[in-house]
Amino acid sequence: MTAVLQVEGLRKTFGGVQAVADVSFAVDAGELLALIGPNGAGKSTCFNLLNGQLAPDGGIVRLGGRDIVGLRPRQIWRLGVGRTFQITATFASLSVRENVQMALYSHAGRLRSLLGRFGTAFTTEADALLGQVGMLDQAGRPCGVLAYGDLKRVELAMALANQPRLLLMDEPTAGMAPRERVALMELAAGLARAQKIAVLFTEHDMDVVFSQADRIIVLDRGQLIAGGMPQEVRANPDVRAVYLGGTH
Amino acid sequence: MTFASIIIQLLNGLAAAASLFLVSAGLSLIFGVTRIVNFAHGSLYMLGLYGAYTLIEALGRTPLGFWTSVVLSALAVGLVGVLIEVLVLRRIYRAPELFQLLATFAVVLVIKDIALFTWGAEDLVGPRAPGLSMAVEILGRRIPAYDLLLIAIGPVVLLVMWLLLTRTRWGALVRAATQDREMVGALGVDQAKLFTSVFFVGSVLAGLGGALQIPREPANLELDLSVIADAFVVTVVGGLGSIGGAFLAAMLIGVAKAFCIGVGTVNWFGAEIVFSKLTLVVEFLIMAIVLVVRPFGLLGKPQAAQRIAADPAPPLTVPSWTFVLVGLALLLAVPVAADRYVTILLTDIFCFALFAVSLHFIMGPAGMVSFGHAAYFGLGAYAAGLLMKRAGLPMEAALVLAPLVVGAFAVVYGWFCVRLSGVYLAMLTLAFAQISWSIVFQWDSFTGGSNGLFGVWPSAWLAGKTAYYYLALAFCGAGVALLWRVLFSPFGYALRAGRDSPLRAEAIGIDLRAYQWMAFVLVGALAGLAGAVYAFSKGSISPSTISIAQSTDGLIMVLLGGVETLKGPLAGAAIFTWLRDEVARRTEFWRGVMGVVILAIVLLFPQGLVGGLKALTQRWREAQSREKTA
Repeated sequence: MTAVLQVEGLRKTFGGVQAVADVSFAVDAGELLALIGPNGAGKSTCFNLLNGQLAPDGGIVRLGGRDIVGLRPRQIWRLGVGRTFQITATFASLSVRENVQMALYSHAGRLRSLLGRFGTAFTTEADALLGQVGMLDQAGRPCGVLAYGDLKRVELAMALANQPRLLLMDEPTAGMAPRERVALMELAAGLARAQKIAVLFTEHDMDVVFSQADRIIVLDRGQLIAGGMPQEVRANPDVRAVYLGGTH
Repeated sequence: MTFASIIIQLLNGLAAAASLFLVSAGLSLIFGVTRIVNFAHGSLYMLGLYGAYTLIEALGRTPLGFWTSVVLSALAVGLVGVLIEVLVLRRIYRAPELFQLLATFAVVLVIKDIALFTWGAEDLVGPRAPGLSMAVEILGRRIPAYDLLLIAIGPVVLLVMWLLLTRTRWGALVRAATQDREMVGALGVDQAKLFTSVFFVGSVLAGLGGALQIPREPANLELDLSVIADAFVVTVVGGLGSIGGAFLAAMLIGVAKAFCIGVGTVNWFGAEIVFSKLTLVVEFLIMAIVLVVRPFGLLGKPQAAQRIAADPAPPLTVPSWTFVLVGLALLLAVPVAADRYVTILLTDIFCFALFAVSLHFIMGPAGMVSFGHAAYFGLGAYAAGLLMKRAGLPMEAALVLAPLVVGAFAVVYGWFCVRLSGVYLAMLTLAFAQISWSIVFQWDSFTGGSNGLFGVWPSAWLAGKTAYYYLALAFCGAGVALLWRVLFSPFGYALRAGRDSPLRAEAIGIDLRAYQWMAFVLVGALAGLAGAVYAFSKGSISPSTISIAQSTDGLIMVLLGGVETLKGPLAGAAIFTWLRDEVARRTEFWRGVMGVVILAIVLLFPQGLVGGLKALTQRWREAQSREKTA
C-alpha cells in the first residue's frame, strides 16, 4: 500500500537561505505525523510547499501516488487535502453553519448558481460535521463573534467537509489555552483515526505533540535531523541538542 | 520622426512631468503614512494654481514677485492641507477607510465651490514667468526657457525629498510609519503630529505643482478631478508610497503623452489614427499594463498587512416582504397622487438607485471598491443612444441590448481588475472609466464628442412622463431585485466568503478570481441598464455620465446610505438625488453645500445614514429594555 502523502527531496531556497533542504517523509492513512523544530526551522515553508502556496525548487510531492507539485491550493483541495491555518481563516460575516456549508457546496460544485438560495442544501451534513467538533450549539452565530478556540473547531469542521485523505494542520493549537489545546488535538486525532485520514501537523506545544503524534519528524535549519516514534525522538541526542537543549 | 523632434518631444514630456511628479509625490507620501487616498489632492493642486495667479497679480509681474508668489501659494496650500487633516480627517481615522474616502470627496466639492466663489467660472490665464519668457534654441527648435527650468525642478525636489526622508528624524518616522503604522504608534510616536506634518508636506508639494504651472496652463475649475486622475495613475504606476517610483512614473507618462502629441495623425494601413487625441488612453494603457505585470507598481512593495483587522462585515439580512411590497405600492401610486415634478425626480432616483445598488454589490459584498463605476453607467447610456441613432434599432431593442454591450466591456475591464485588490484595484477601475470617457469625449463623429447625443427619446407609447416612470420602475426595480437575489445565492455567498477570507476561499476550492470576474460583468451590465434607462428619460446623453464626478456621486450615494445594509444604497441614492435637486435650484454653489452636508454626516454617522439609524434604534431599544427590567 502506498502512503497517502509521500515527500521526496523537497527543496526551497529564499535568496541563498536554504529554507527546506532535501526533505523526505511519508504519512500513512490514519496516522498522525508531527513536524516539529525550533522557530525558523522551515516548518511553515514546508507546509506551504505541500499545500501549493509556494512552488518548490525541487523534489516530489505525491498524494496517493499522484504528483501534485505545481498545482494551486484549490486544486490540491479538490484532490482531498483539508487544511487548518496557523491564524484561523474563516468567513467572518457568515454563520458557523454557513461556513461549513460553503465547503460542502464547493465540494459538490454547486457554488455557481446565481439564482438559488444558499443554505438550503447540506444542512444535515453541516450539522453532522459541527456535531463532531462540538460546535452545533453555536451553528447560527456569525464566525466574526466566536472565541478563538471555537474558530479552530469551525476550521476543523470545514477541513473535514470534503472527506479528505490528508489533513494539513499548521500549528492547530496556537493561541489557545493549554487545556483547550490537548482537547482540540485529541478531537482531531480521534476523528482522523476513525476516518482513516492521514494527518500532518506542526506544533510548538510538546505536550500535544508527544501525547497525540504516532510519529515525529524533526526539522532544523531546513533539514530533517531525526524521525521516529515519540520515545525515540525524545531520546535522540541530536534533537535534545538543537531543540530541547536550546530551551532548557 | 527625426532625431531632433524626438529630443524635443522628450523635453516637452519631461517639463510636463515635473508638476505631475510633485503632486503624485505628495499623494503617495500621504497615502503611505495615513493610508488615506486623498481625493482632494487634485483640489490642492488647483488651489496652488489659483493662489499663484492671485498673488502674482498682487505682488507684481517681476521675477521676485513671481517666485515669491509661487512659494507663498505652495505654503498656503500646505496650510489648507493641515486644516483638512485637523478639522476632518483626524476625527475619523478610526472609521472605515471608505468613510475617510467619502470625507475627501466632500472636501473636493467644498474646495471647488470656494474656488468658484473666489475666482469665478472663467479660466484665468497667468503671466509668463518674468525673466524666463524667452525660448532657448535646441537642435534648431525653440524650447521655452521655463520648460527647461521645470525639467530641472523635478530631480531637485526628488533630491530634497530623499534627503528629508533619509537624513532627518522626521523622515525616519515617515518611513517607519509607511512600513508599519501601528508599530510606530506603539513606540509612542505622536501620530497626530506626524500625520499633520505629512499632510502639510504633501499639500505643499501639490500646491507647488499647481503654482509652477501658472505660465503653462490656465487656472480652471476642472483641474481638481483631472489632476487627481493623473496623479492616481502616476502613483499606482510608480508604486504607492514610493517617491522614487512616482518620479519614474511621472517621467514615463509625461514623455509618452508628449510623444502622442508629437506624432499627431498617422496613417496605418489606410486607417487614420489621431495620436494626439489618445494621450489619456495611452496614459491609462501604461497603467493597465504595469499593474498586470507588476501589481504593486514599478518600485512599490506589497502593502504591509494591518495587524488590527478591520471589523468583519456584519451578516446581510434579506429585506422583508413588507418593506418591498409597501414600498412598491407607494411607488406605483405616485403618478396618480403626486405632481409631474415628483414623477420626474423619482424616475431619476430609480436610475441612480440601480446604479448605486450595483456599485454596492461590487464594493460591499464582493469586496472590490470601484472608483470608476460610472464607466458602466455611461457606456450603458451611450450604448442605448448609439444603438438607436447609429444602428437604427427601435428604442425598445436598444434599451434591452445596451446592458449586453456594457457587459462585454465589463468582461474586458474586469479581466484586468480582478487581478488586483484594494486601492490598486480601485484606481485601475478609475483608469478604465477615464479611458472610456476620453474615447467618448474625443470621438466626435461617432459619439458626438463633448456635445453628446441628442434626440434619444423613447418610443411614442413611452413618451409620457407617467408611462416612462413605470418603465423605469419596472426595469430598475427588476435590476435591484436581481442583484439582491444573487447576493443570497450560492454565487453571492461565495463572493462574500472570498471577501472575508481569500485564503480560506482558495483552501476550500473556490476560484475567487473567476467569481469576481463574473460579478464584475453582472454588475457592469446592470449599471449599464441604469444608464440606458437614464438616457431615454433625458432624451440626451453627455460625456459627464462617464465622468469621475459621476463615479464619485455613486460612491457618495453608497457610502452615505451605508455599505453594510442592502437598503443603504437605495436611501443614499434617493437622498443624494433629491438633495442635489433641492440645493441646485436654490444656489449655484450646490456642490459646496452638498460637501458640507456630507462632511456633517460623516462626522456624525460614521456608519452611514441607515447604519447610523440602526445603531440609534438599537440604543433606544436597549434603553427601553433596561427601563423594563429596572
